[in-house]
Amino acid sequence: MQLNGGQALIKALEMEGVEVIFGLPGGAILPVYDPIIDSPIRHILVRHEQGAGHMAEGYAHATGRPGVAMVTSGPAATNVVTPLCDAYMDSIPMVMITGQVPTSALGTDAFQECDTTGITMPVTKHNFLVTEAADIPRVIREAFHIATTGRPGPVLVDIPKDIVDPRNPRSAMEWYWPESVNLPGYNPRSNGDPAMIRKAAELILASERPVIYAGGGILKARAAEALRTLAELTDIRVVTTLMARGAFPDDHPLALGMPGMHGNFTAVTAIQRSDLLIALGSRFDDRVTGRVADFAPDAKVIHVDIDPAELGKVRVPDAGIAGDCRLVIEELIVALRELGAPDTLADSSTWKSTISGWQERYPLTYEPSEPGGLLKPQYVLEQLHAACPDDTIVASGVGQHQMWTSQYWRFNHPYTWVNSGGLGTMGFSVPAAIGAKVGRPDRMVWAVDGDGCFQMTAQELVTAAAERIPVKIAILNNAYLGMVRQWQEMFYEERYSEVYLSPDLPDYKMWAEAMGCVGMRVESPEEVAPAIEKANAINDRPVVIEFRTDSGEKVFPMVAAGASNDEIMTDDHTRPALDIPWSR
Amino acid sequence: MVPPSEAGAPNHHLLSVLVENRPGVLTRVAGLFARRGYNIHSLAVAPTNDGSVSRISMVVDLGDTPLPQLIQQVDKLINVLEITALAPSAAVEREVLLATVSTGADHAAELDELLAGLDARVLDSSGSSTTVVVLGTPEQVDDAEVLLAGFGVVAAQRSGRVALPALGAPN
Ligand SMILES: Cc1ncc(C[n+]2csc(CCOP(=O)(O)OP(=O)(O)O)c2C)c(N)n1
Ligand SMILES: [Mg+2]
Repeated sequence: MQLNGGQALIKALEMEGVEVIFGLPGGAILPVYDPIIDSPIRHILVRHEQGAGHMAEGYAHATGRPGVAMVTSGPAATNVVTPLCDAYMDSIPMVMITGQVPTSALGTDAFQECDTTGITMPVTKHNFLVTEAADIPRVIREAFHIATTGRPGPVLVDIPKDIVDPRNPRSAMEWYWPESVNLPGYNPRSNGDPAMIRKAAELILASERPVIYAGGGILKARAAEALRTLAELTDIRVVTTLMARGAFPDDHPLALGMPGMHGNFTAVTAIQRSDLLIALGSRFDDRVTGRVADFAPDAKVIHVDIDPAELGKVRVPDAGIAGDCRLVIEELIVALRELGAPDTLADSSTWKSTISGWQERYPLTYEPSEPGGLLKPQYVLEQLHAACPDDTIVASGVGQHQMWTSQYWRFNHPYTWVNSGGLGTMGFSVPAAIGAKVGRPDRMVWAVDGDGCFQMTAQELVTAAAERIPVKIAILNNAYLGMVRQWQEMFYEERYSEVYLSPDLPDYKMWAEAMGCVGMRVESPEEVAPAIEKANAINDRPVVIEFRTDSGEKVFPMVAAGASNDEIMTDDHTRPALDIPWSR
Repeated sequence: MVPPSEAGAPNHHLLSVLVENRPGVLTRVAGLFARRGYNIHSLAVAPTNDGSVSRISMVVDLGDTPLPQLIQQVDKLINVLEITALAPSAAVEREVLLATVSTGADHAAELDELLAGLDARVLDSSGSSTTVVVLGTPEQVDDAEVLLAGFGVVAAQRSGRVALPALGAPN
């Protein structure tokens, strides 16, 4: 079958099972947009290319399938650098297609030429510049293979115009679909080394103070079930990092919640005092470890990761296992049973009762607002969670509101938390929520956003309104770049430099309405539940609720940047970890 | 010799990297080194007998990075087929030095004498300058460079070391 390169590209995407492309056309990619008209693939026209990238990420977060975005050359390609980097940091499978100037114009500073593969090399798992139409099916096949296997990540395919333009003879090609991929330099590991798995099982049996440190890799590997089996077999407590929220149910008796800079006291301190840290698909990020030299100082470490480069990158493991998290956990369960677990587990009853004591003494708390006082963001989140189905998907931006959402939402299902962890991209939540809703139209999808973040990508609500994608947005409007304000209050002597945004400029309700959404404003605690109820009843268009919240509220607990986790503050003045058992 | 690692001293390792011979692959390798803060001390790259594969021989200064970490990071590049760290004892290595030195009439004989003791010869000469080529192990080339410096070096270029695993070396 004779096709042109543009047709071949769209057909290759169909062959990969792509159901939706997020994108925006332009000169260089124009020929590829023509065959979209005849394709069953849905195209969602964004208002800014950054939105297309984050939508593709949100789609991938919620479905586990690769998100696909397509944009033109030059400024459009540079507009997607942020989502590419975001997806790279959080290991999100994504395929990004960019237009490029014709091969004959490459390197001439042609109109809208930019060195897209050069710019994106550090922020993609791999990228391709395709120079022959005949290579298109093979490269698309390879791009999806690389994006979705091993440690997932974004792959960019740069397509010069001449090889897709039917008016150019260079675009002619004979259609084929490669049976398999041939990438001799790419062989992701799957099963773990049996000797190391055995060693890990022995470490678990001997441990008196074990903790499972579950990371985003659990979700990528679809290992939530296996994790639960492991935890229940061994009766070991589980912390879930920011990237792993939902990988283990918060309502499970073994769940300790989130560790890290704004983790809860028990999760942070259980890691610190453990004698065995079972790191599953987590990467010892600085937001979790605090000062590395003081991180879990007495712990032996089991580290399971699909990416061998993560083993020993930050902390040298006692048992490092390169492999797929699900397969390795299953193998570990077999090894433990062979070694007589659970009967042969060391006695950890003191540890468990100590942890329960911490949970009772140091729960997450906040000061409720005085009658007539300002709305507390934590209260809004409690009300929102109470009013939504248990499997609601929640996206967030980056800042205080993100931390409160992760802290106060109860995540009981995998793939219900969509957030930007590694890069911390303000503006992530609105487009990511739209992408998630496109992927899971059956689910309720809320974005919890900050007023600062909302102003970065709000225009995508026009996309959502036009495409009838009924996402719901809760803006926690504290009139500030709140997280930065918090640091200035705590570490810069309350010298507030360039963090004030204003509560009513812009008018969020009017802005929402102008974008085709239902807009609401909530200022007092009594209005919270009714507004949410009203929003949850709307299913034909996006809804935005602006909650005017207390500007002075800070996120606690907190481990200051560069401090030891032992210096965790439960409020401005209290550091309870410094005098508890097993301190050094 | 590759100097042993001490605090502050260079922590040199010899790597042999087989890569797909495609445009941009060297950029990927070099870019990774720059991003992760590994220093390339010397670099030689050319296609192997299989034209679709190139071999990069490089000496890297790892600083505080453990060698396995660097190897794993490089190995993640899709176009990298194989990466091996070669201990100097398990490798055969050579380096080429081209040097243009000042040679008045009175020094020509001295230069000839010096070259006779090396794997070297004269490639080019004019009235007052001579360009020579020296082949040797990196240490031999180091020594030759010192000796040639006595004549006054006008210009010099070392190739960077090329290496292959020693035959029979446990690898
Ligand atoms: C694109 C981008 N720019 C700047 C930052 C730094 N930053 C982190 S949180 C934050 C404040 C976010 O403000 P807002 O969205 O209002 O959230 P809040 O902290 O008030 O809840 C800023 C500026 C960032 N993470 N991303
Ligand atoms: Mg704010």
